[in-house]
Amino acid sequence: MEHLTNKDFTSDQEVKWCPGCGDYAILRAMQKALPALERKKEEFVFISGIGCSSRFPYYMNTYGFHTIHGRAPAFATGVKLANPKLSVWQITGDGDALAIGGNHFIHALRRNIDINILLFNNEIYGLTKGQFSPTSKKGIKTKSNPHGTTDEPFSPSDLAIGAQGSFFARVVDTNPKLMQKIFTEAEEHRGTSLIEILQNCVIFNDKTFASITGKEVKQNAQLILENGKPMLFGPDLNKGIILNGFKLEVATIGEKNVKEEDILIHNAHEQDQSLHTMLARMRPPEFPAALGIIRSVRRQTFDDGVLSQLEYEKENAKFRTVDELLKSGETWEIKS
Amino acid sequence: MNKTNKVVDLEKVVIKFAGDSGDGMQLTGTQFTDTSALLGNDLATFPDYPAEIRAPQGTVAGVSGFQIHIGRIDINTPGDIADVLVAMNPAALKANKNWIKKGGTIIVNIDTFTKRDLDKAGYETSPLEDSSFEGYNIIQAPITKLTREALKDSGLDGKSIGRSKNMFALGVVYWMFNRPMEQTEKFLQKKFANKPEVVAANIKVMHAGYNFADTIEALPSSYTVLSANLKPGTYRNVMGNQAIAWGFLAASERAKKELFLGSYPITPASDILHELAKHKNLGVKTFQAEDEIAGICSAIGASFAGSLAITTTSGPGLALKGEGLGLAIMAELPLVVVNVQRGGPSTGLPTKTEQSDLMQALYGRNGESPSVVLASSTPGNCFDWAYMSSKITLEHNTPVVLLSDGYLGNGAEPWKIKSTFDMPEIHPSIASEGEEYQPYARNKKTLARKLALPGTKGLEHRLGGLEKEDVTGNVSYDAENHEKMVGIRAEKIKRIANIIPNQEIFGKEKGDLLVIGWGGTHGSLYSVVDSLLKQGKKIALCQFNYINPLPKNTSEIFKNYKQIIVCELNSGQFANYLRMNFQGTIFQQYNKIQGFPFTTIELESHFKTLLSK
Repeated sequence: MEHLTNKDFTSDQEVKWCPGCGDYAILRAMQKALPALERKKEEFVFISGIGCSSRFPYYMNTYGFHTIHGRAPAFATGVKLANPKLSVWQITGDGDALAIGGNHFIHALRRNIDINILLFNNEIYGLTKGQFSPTSKKGIKTKSNPHGTTDEPFSPSDLAIGAQGSFFARVVDTNPKLMQKIFTEAEEHRGTSLIEILQNCVIFNDKTFASITGKEVKQNAQLILENGKPMLFGPDLNKGIILNGFKLEVATIGEKNVKEEDILIHNAHEQDQSLHTMLARMRPPEFPAALGIIRSVRRQTFDDGVLSQLEYEKENAKFRTVDELLKSGETWEIKS
Repeated sequence: MNKTNKVVDLEKVVIKFAGDSGDGMQLTGTQFTDTSALLGNDLATFPDYPAEIRAPQGTVAGVSGFQIHIGRIDINTPGDIADVLVAMNPAALKANKNWIKKGGTIIVNIDTFTKRDLDKAGYETSPLEDSSFEGYNIIQAPITKLTREALKDSGLDGKSIGRSKNMFALGVVYWMFNRPMEQTEKFLQKKFANKPEVVAANIKVMHAGYNFADTIEALPSSYTVLSANLKPGTYRNVMGNQAIAWGFLAASERAKKELFLGSYPITPASDILHELAKHKNLGVKTFQAEDEIAGICSAIGASFAGSLAITTTSGPGLALKGEGLGLAIMAELPLVVVNVQRGGPSTGLPTKTEQSDLMQALYGRNGESPSVVLASSTPGNCFDWAYMSSKITLEHNTPVVLLSDGYLGNGAEPWKIKSTFDMPEIHPSIASEGEEYQPYARNKKTLARKLALPGTKGLEHRLGGLEKEDVTGNVSYDAENHEKMVGIRAEKIKRIANIIPNQEIFGKEKGDLLVIGWGGTHGSLYSVVDSLLKQGKKIALCQFNYINPLPKNTSEIFKNYKQIIVCELNSGQFANYLRMNFQGTIFQQYNKIQGFPFTTIELESHFKTLLSK
């Protein structure tokens, strides 16, 4: 395998996101992560819908397809089914995936087709200039609801896990190392890998994630989960998550008789969804936001199911050519 | 079995089976069809069923019918009206009262002519007891009673016994038309292989019906329809939807491309999905998507990755697929969209036939987004048009919309089995590794671009719905480039006229009247023109399969006739399309929008009026 670098994945097109947009960091992290996957460059395919994030494929020097609004999962499914050897990445945003494309999004997760979905969540519509999105915080004032929204937002993790998603990770656009790590693990996971990236829109929704990503608060506001490790956070790593009855709580080791062994150990591979759902819902100020790979479980992939049926039918076929099919069943001769 | 009556030889006959939608009329009709086909009759069939799976029992809305036209002569339509009607209840009689030939034979299940069933059908008194059907040969068969009697020792429950009634009716009609019962017996043995008691019961009831007909004196004679003079060869029955599926399979094999179908169930197109889903052994991947949009988008994805990709739908589904189709036009990817048309607008008449999606197929997208449009015209040639759609889309890398309709899709006819090697070669336009590649560089003759499939080293590129720069395919907002690209996309479709055959006509090369049709109306138009030619009229039929682009010689044909009439099952969409393309030519119209095909009677009388002008 020839050695590839981030430059091999950089296209000749000028990147046209706004200066300061979180998308730049995601693009750079992707271009750095791919060479490490030791796959041929021509096997990567990037499929996107419509929106700021969906311009991503133009900047990647891979096969790419900028499709139509909301439908990228369907295109990606077609690509993967047609050629299962390809590594298929879907790039989408909160409007593309959760508003116009909500249906395709949940069905991709339900089927567990082996693709990776990067959900750029900036809680706003950027390309149409600043309307609220399905993840915008309730009450936010935008052009399309100047008196504040009355919509309850979607939680991408609840949707994904509720749709039987087998892989859910979350990362912030200010943590390139964690992004690279998660992209790598998502590619290794067999099934639909959903990565929610909390991404800042400097123009229309600046600092919407400041309570999680702000320099002063982040050590107390981020819990970076690692499989098999205790759920510790804070500047001194002495705060952690414990289970009290059916609820999660933040506890400090050494306070109120809490010992290190009381802190929950993260198990991303647990089939039961309950704890993963609770972890993904945690938000400041009461909790830190959970980042890293929250859920990664084994489940048959859609493409494997389709292919194994195909192989079985081919092996046990009554006929192998179309001509044999055409002549099968009730036929009769007309003689001259 | 010994026949006690004399046998009368018929040239052709139309039989209609009608009953409640749960009465098994479609199966009864299909059995009669298969048996007649094996005897060498030419035939055409037309199922007519309600959109509801089980509409209220006994009501006119719930009547399901199956019409079959068999002959020893060339048969091109399922027949206008029936010579023989089987009516399993009063509602079936009422629904078909205008579709039975004056003086024809009506076999009724007299056990259902009770107050309750007459009420449900909206009859105050029995139409058999007043003058409603005076002059008809009514055979009052106690089908329910005799079926029960035949099966009283079968051990089957009442419901299962009730379900066998259709076999009694089939037995009666088999006797009337001197057909053997072996084919149906074999069918039942196969269908209910795990339920020998059901097989035995159905066979017994069919024989009971046969013997009933033989015994009663109501039928003065039985009839036979000798085998037709079909071209020598091996035949089978095909339905249009099945033939479409097979045409794609054949194209996939000849093009050496895996077939991918992305589809969402919709009447009357679902049978194409069902048929292809059966043939995974031939490498077909069928994907039942979450909606119509995902159906077309998954197909476009598969096409991008190298499959022969298709999506199948009916009118409302095509509306949903519009944006996806526009992308395939912009990205210049191969794709076939099959629209098995039904009555519209909106949900319209899901189980009825119409040709009202022509404009939608031609123009139903944003921007100027021309698509190739083809139409199949008989159940059998659905095979050829699915194949040609695949060939054009793969060689020119632009989407094709293939229009069929409910009448073709569900209709059946004997089909002389083709070999895939009878079909023309297919040469997909694809770049190979090492080639210098520009995504939007074009073949000078056809203007087709080449695809580069993901997985091909060195040909990485990006496609999308934003306007493309000529040659490079990069995103371009340049004003002049946009105008140029709109022109190229249109010209590319126009140039397909260079590779398609000339339009053919049937009948006189010059004359008084040119009848124009397109797609599924071929059978009725052909029958009428054939009949008028035999009457010495100077008439011809020009039935179009290539809709966009039109064959190059089209305008030449039009010059040779005094009058031109465009016949279609809509308000005049093709007529208007021709007016736009051939200004100055006068196109008269004959239109019908009733959910049914043309009858030969209405066409013949209208054409005669025109010819006498």
